[in-house]
Amino acid sequence: MTRLLDITDLHVALPPESQRPYAVEALNLHLEPNEILCVVGESGSGKSLTARAVMGLLPKPRVRIAKGSVNFLGEDLAKVSEERLRAIRGSQISMIFQEPMTALNPVMTIGTQIDEVFRFHEKMPGRERRARALQLLTDVQLPDPEQTLKAYPHELSGGQRQRAMIAMALALDPKILIADEPTTALDVTTQAQVLKLIKQMQASHGTGVLFITHDFGVVADIADRVAVMQNGLLVETGTTDQVLRRPEHPYTKALIGAVPDLVPRAARPRSGATVLRVKNLQKTYRSGGGLFGGKGRVVHAANDVTFDLARGETLGIVGESGSGKSTVARCIVRLNDAEAGEILLGDTDLRPLGRAAMRPHRSKIQMVFQDPFASLNPRTRIGKIIAQGPMMYGASADEAKRKTNELLEIVGLDARAYDRFPHEFSGGQRQRIGIARALALEPQILVADEPVSALDVSIQAQILRLLDEIRDRMNLSMVFITHDLRVAAQVCDRIAVMQRGKVVEIGPTATMFSDPKQPYTQELLAAVPGKDWFSAEDMARVHAT
Amino acid sequence: MRYVVKRLLQAIPIVLAIVVLNFFLLQLAEGDAVDVLAGEAGSATPEYMAELRAKFGLDKPLPVQLAVYLKNVVMFDLGYSFRHDMPVSQLILDRLVPTLLLMVATITLAVGFGILLGLVAAMGLNTWRDTAISIFALITYATPLFWVGLMLIVVFSLNLRWFPTSGMENFAMFYEGWDRVKDIAHHLVLPTVTLSLFYLALYTRLMRASMLEQAGQDYVTTARAKGVTENRIMFVHVLRNALLPVVTMAGVQVGALIGGSVIVESVFAWPGLGMLAFEALFSRDLNLLLGIFLLSALLVVAVNLVVDIIYSSLDPRIEVN
Amino acid sequence: MTFWKLFARNRGAVVGLGILVLIAVMAATASLFFPADPFSLAGKPMSPPGENGFLLGSDSLGRDVAAGIAHGAKTSLLIGLLATLVAVGIGIVMGALAGYYGGPIDNLLMRVTEMFQTIPSFIFAILLVAIMKPSIESIVIAIAVVSWPAVARLVRGEFLSLRNREFVQACHTLGMSDVRIMLGEILPNCLSPVIVIGSLMVATAILIESGLAFLGLGDPNIMSWGFQIGAGRTLLRSAWWVCTFPGIAILLTVLAINLVGEGINDALNPRLRERT
Repeated sequence: MTRLLDITDLHVALPPESQRPYAVEALNLHLEPNEILCVVGESGSGKSLTARAVMGLLPKPRVRIAKGSVNFLGEDLAKVSEERLRAIRGSQISMIFQEPMTALNPVMTIGTQIDEVFRFHEKMPGRERRARALQLLTDVQLPDPEQTLKAYPHELSGGQRQRAMIAMALALDPKILIADEPTTALDVTTQAQVLKLIKQMQASHGTGVLFITHDFGVVADIADRVAVMQNGLLVETGTTDQVLRRPEHPYTKALIGAVPDLVPRAARPRSGATVLRVKNLQKTYRSGGGLFGGKGRVVHAANDVTFDLARGETLGIVGESGSGKSTVARCIVRLNDAEAGEILLGDTDLRPLGRAAMRPHRSKIQMVFQDPFASLNPRTRIGKIIAQGPMMYGASADEAKRKTNELLEIVGLDARAYDRFPHEFSGGQRQRIGIARALALEPQILVADEPVSALDVSIQAQILRLLDEIRDRMNLSMVFITHDLRVAAQVCDRIAVMQRGKVVEIGPTATMFSDPKQPYTQELLAAVPGKDWFSAEDMARVHAT
Repeated sequence: MRYVVKRLLQAIPIVLAIVVLNFFLLQLAEGDAVDVLAGEAGSATPEYMAELRAKFGLDKPLPVQLAVYLKNVVMFDLGYSFRHDMPVSQLILDRLVPTLLLMVATITLAVGFGILLGLVAAMGLNTWRDTAISIFALITYATPLFWVGLMLIVVFSLNLRWFPTSGMENFAMFYEGWDRVKDIAHHLVLPTVTLSLFYLALYTRLMRASMLEQAGQDYVTTARAKGVTENRIMFVHVLRNALLPVVTMAGVQVGALIGGSVIVESVFAWPGLGMLAFEALFSRDLNLLLGIFLLSALLVVAVNLVVDIIYSSLDPRIEVN
Repeated sequence: MTFWKLFARNRGAVVGLGILVLIAVMAATASLFFPADPFSLAGKPMSPPGENGFLLGSDSLGRDVAAGIAHGAKTSLLIGLLATLVAVGIGIVMGALAGYYGGPIDNLLMRVTEMFQTIPSFIFAILLVAIMKPSIESIVIAIAVVSWPAVARLVRGEFLSLRNREFVQACHTLGMSDVRIMLGEILPNCLSPVIVIGSLMVATAILIESGLAFLGLGDPNIMSWGFQIGAGRTLLRSAWWVCTFPGIAILLTVLAINLVGEGINDALNPRLRERT
């Protein structure tokens, strides 16, 4: 069978002041008709730029193809004219992107944006174009295609927007579809649906798909073949089965090894002492309305939330975006004020306390934040970031400094970090600094709000290990907010599943995974990408090779 | 329609606050209309001045004066200008047309050409066209209005004799119909150019920056990936998004524009509200001044409403209802 | 890269800085080179530039245009800087309180800035100066009063977005006081846009001041460029130089400040520059 796409010795050059000369170096890759090839890598691996190079969409002139060829059915896309490239794009090769909100023009209807694909590639009467667009929207299973044609992007949900993007990309039955992290911005259940849709459409049209992703779960679900990239180099390629079950390259092994296992880790004995009890917590947000407008929208971010936390235990709160899991976390640390309910720390109800009354209790509950780039003040030195907590509670400067150095060591950072600024550190290192700051007040409870979701998978594993260590060493109790069931399985002793502000199910992790009672929990579990892979024995095999 | 009514209702407290603020500010000024009149008359007995004050209602306590004024405003009665011996509304309406003429011409010129120049500059990024437009914008952005006006008069009126130096029309010629329109248009050219240059520069720079920002957005990549031509990307996708901040700015600048018209009207002896306000200030004609402030505030509110309607037609994310 | 290196990448900004330094030197040495009162009669009236010992000519009262420009530089720079300082000060306090606390304070501030947007600001400045009697103080106050809402809006926006940043929330969880969070954590992070808007505001203030002086609302005891142009406007036909040179002085000063402001902006926001 002839290859659809044959990339030979591709070099993508970066601007001179960059850290390395090539974003992609000496890349050889090919795509067959009717197959899904996943290109996997962490951030900075060059996977996205590879996709853009094929499309001729590199941010020229700063980033350009320096060498090599991209052979598409006998034509070298690296050399053809801009005009020819334009004719190929959208009709023979098309692309979908990570963030469907920004990838669609906000001031143009979906219908117009789909219509453009037809208008710029084929001569067709308006009525036929409209009929084809309607058919496409029906094919990608959008509800009410008629209405969707007239809708603007902001009127659709994230999943619907991505479906519309897929419709647009497949409008002219292209030979190749390039998908650049198309499900990363979506919730796990929506992701599962969109992945299914891509697979269906690919199969029915016989399209070759180049699928860029960082997520091995997604790879396991969708790929026929896999290519693994690291720092611009292709390190390993092979069939999905080969790469996932019998990886050869150490980097691939490390990556796969870092994917958290869906089988919960062995349960630990639960202490009898309860440190935190949350009872009937209630928090609503109102939007719109106001002086002249009619009724605003009311969102129950936390609706009758009840749980307790034992000493030394990690309780996971799991849910999709909008489930209210972060709101609960923020109410516990009193960043948000809940309207009703109790937050009992020992015998004290924290919920009604004013700022001054809350202050003596602050040190007992500390928080680790999600975004390592936003959670540290860019203008403050690391030493001060960590030391200012103890100093506010009366520690002398020397004491605080000694303590800070001790904490830096605990979280695995060099003592020289003390005098540096946050921008000198990587995402994982910053997350360590954030953890050190939270520990500086010697809290009893650590609330971690998606602490690893912004990190690459290998870094993620290190941070999770660190959190585990610290919990045991300091006898901490932890509330761990996450959307990722794999992470939850490896970190949490018990799990509470939240949906639309309510806790739908709560119980020990092992039970939740083996015997979920509520349909929503079952749905979430079913949607985890690659759930049939990376079982304990698979992992053992990976590590053995 | 409901939206328009709602917006107008929202504007009422602001306009009222402006009236009240100005009312009290003007009370802080030394001397009142009677002092000025008396001063001009040369000698006036204290009895006569007291009589005049009573006649104008200036002897009543301040809150009463304010209440009376507000009541009248609500009934569209702006009071009486003792200086000009005419109802304020009459005076203002006479001067409103020239100011509106000047403003509409200026906004059209500044926004229209600003968008055009910004577009040309952004399309030919780093070419000589971009450089020339950017330098032009940079310089006009730094030039004082009144000086531009004077220089234009020196060059185009005194030396080249293309345009008249001042006034709105040539009364001596008794033009009628089309001739009069042409005459007024002829007089309008220099004041409009003067007033619009600064704003032209502002919108040009804004439009250029906005185009460049939008050209880097993800949806542009999507359009390119669809095989849409560069022309369509620029003129349809990017342009419409890039217009949004320019339209917003046009609304924000209306107030400043009316302020600038004081200077331009003074330089070209244009018989508009700005000149009237200036005269009223120095003759302590408080009623007239308050009326002008009220009217210009209303003008700004009205233009902002139009701008909002244009904006919401450009941006579907803004819900009009 | 250091601030200066980033700044120097923008050639226009370096040129602007050069012009600005020259003008500042001119203002500082005005009394040295033109020791006489710039209002005094210095020679034959209506002398064209270069004649009768007048570098830039004289006006109808025999005042030296060059001396006026040198002394006027002091006025422009002084009023521009003072008015900006006052406006930025008020703007930061109001904007910070509104952005940080939200609610009624924020509502009030937004209404007030809306009101200032609805009043034609230049007319309002005229009104204020006229009421307070023209003097340096009244002009500074008037310019500051019409300029602060822009700073307040900017600072409010920055505070509004920064107060929900995770690093600020982390300070809340530590139990830090509001004043310390505002001054120590948020304010340093929004200083760069404030510096940029402040530098551009000096230029606007100079333009407003010259406009006021042009209309006869300047401090009568102090020479100013706007006053020179206003006094020379009746001489347009006979003595073009009286209006022209002070105007060029204003143009150059404002241009230089704008260029420097852009340079500061590029240096403080290097990311923005890369896009263009």
